Amino acid sequence: MPRAKIPRKSTSIDMTAMCDVAFLLLSFFILATKFKPPEALTVTTPNSVSSKVAPDKNVVLITIDKDAKVYFSVSDGNTSEKKDIIDAVNTAKNLGLTDAEKKNFSTNPTAYIGVPFTQLKALLDKNPADLKGYAMPGIPVKDSTDNELVDWVRAAVGAFQGAKMNLLVKGDDASKYPSFQGVIIAFKKNDQLKFQMVTNPVGAPVGTELYNAQQKSGSKSSE
Amino acid sequence: MAEMDTSGGGHKKKGPGVKKSKKQSTRVDLTPMVDLGFLLITFFIFTTTMSQPTAMKLNLPKDTDKPDEQNKLKESAALTVMPAKNNQVFYYEGLDPTKIQSANFKGIRDVILDKKKRTDPKDFMVIIKPTQDATYKNTVDMLDEMKIDDVKRFALVDITPDEYKIVTLTEQANGIK
Repeated sequence: MPRAKIPRKSTSIDMTAMCDVAFLLLSFFILATKFKPPEALTVTTPNSVSSKVAPDKNVVLITIDKDAKVYFSVSDGNTSEKKDIIDAVNTAKNLGLTDAEKKNFSTNPTAYIGVPFTQLKALLDKNPADLKGYAMPGIPVKDSTDNELVDWVRAAVGAFQGAKMNLLVKGDDASKYPSFQGVIIAFKKNDQLKFQMVTNPVGAPVGTELYNAQQKSGSKSSE
Repeated sequence: MAEMDTSGGGHKKKGPGVKKSKKQSTRVDLTPMVDLGFLLITFFIFTTTMSQPTAMKLNLPKDTDKPDEQNKLKESAALTVMPAKNNQVFYYEGLDPTKIQSANFKGIRDVILDKKKRTDPKDFMVIIKPTQDATYKNTVDMLDEMKIDDVKRFALVDITPDEYKIVTLTEQANGIK
């Protein structure tokens, strides 16, 4: 049987098109990437159906880690507010902080406070680079007579006077409720009745009222 | 495309005595470049954080001792839910904590919706009282549940010692440690 002769073709493919696609995707991902800032504290936040993006400016962040320890920090850009806060705390509590120690807090972008006032001086004496892995005991909040977060929030309210302050609570899934309760008490004592909780977005469960409402409004995000 | 023709247009005769160099192929093997491209793509895909954290708003009620500033609550329209340890939820209707019933986070939605159906929407209110043993996640889940079930009025309130006692007793009776 005579076979049809298949002309031999070259096996080398023109890679150009593939190369183009690869680099197109590459440039997209480079531009779309927002690197996670290195977090000194790892916190697994709970899920919620809320789809409002957390603010990142003028933020006063209260972090509750998995051992229910409470930390206080201020967003990077607010150096002058940070300075005011540490000044206010220093005066109110008579801590006798030196200028260098104050500067350590106000200029270090990732500075967070997780110690009682009695240990604050020792904490700020440390080089920020040495703080990695340094276990802080957390700000005491559980005792209603000795809720030190009240003073921190008060200092923050004073420092952010005039500007809009975003109070954020970032709690770990596993942290127990009393710490959160202590944080709420600290807010209430300063008349800060509005705050936000950092969560991971999830979709509304199918069939619920919120789900139906979202479907109706053309999957427009509800607040 | 990627191969550029560098051989020039017409071949001009070079001067005498100039040796004609051998024409080399200008085709470049693009495979390593594609490899590198995809390697970088994978890297950026894995490091990228597409989903930004969201924030959930919560407004606290103001503590007040003046009766005329306090929110009135009809007994029949109230539902109290108490997240407790091991992701259990206890709840009771009205203001009598001894009528406590237990549920879990899946079941509580039906409880809330059922109560909502039976009550005047104007008066309906859910009171959330997390116990000391509840986690932060339980609390946020409960607040989230309010939004999912479209409950307009709810409050986060501290648990009273009596209620906590009843919760612990019920837990013991149910064999939850």
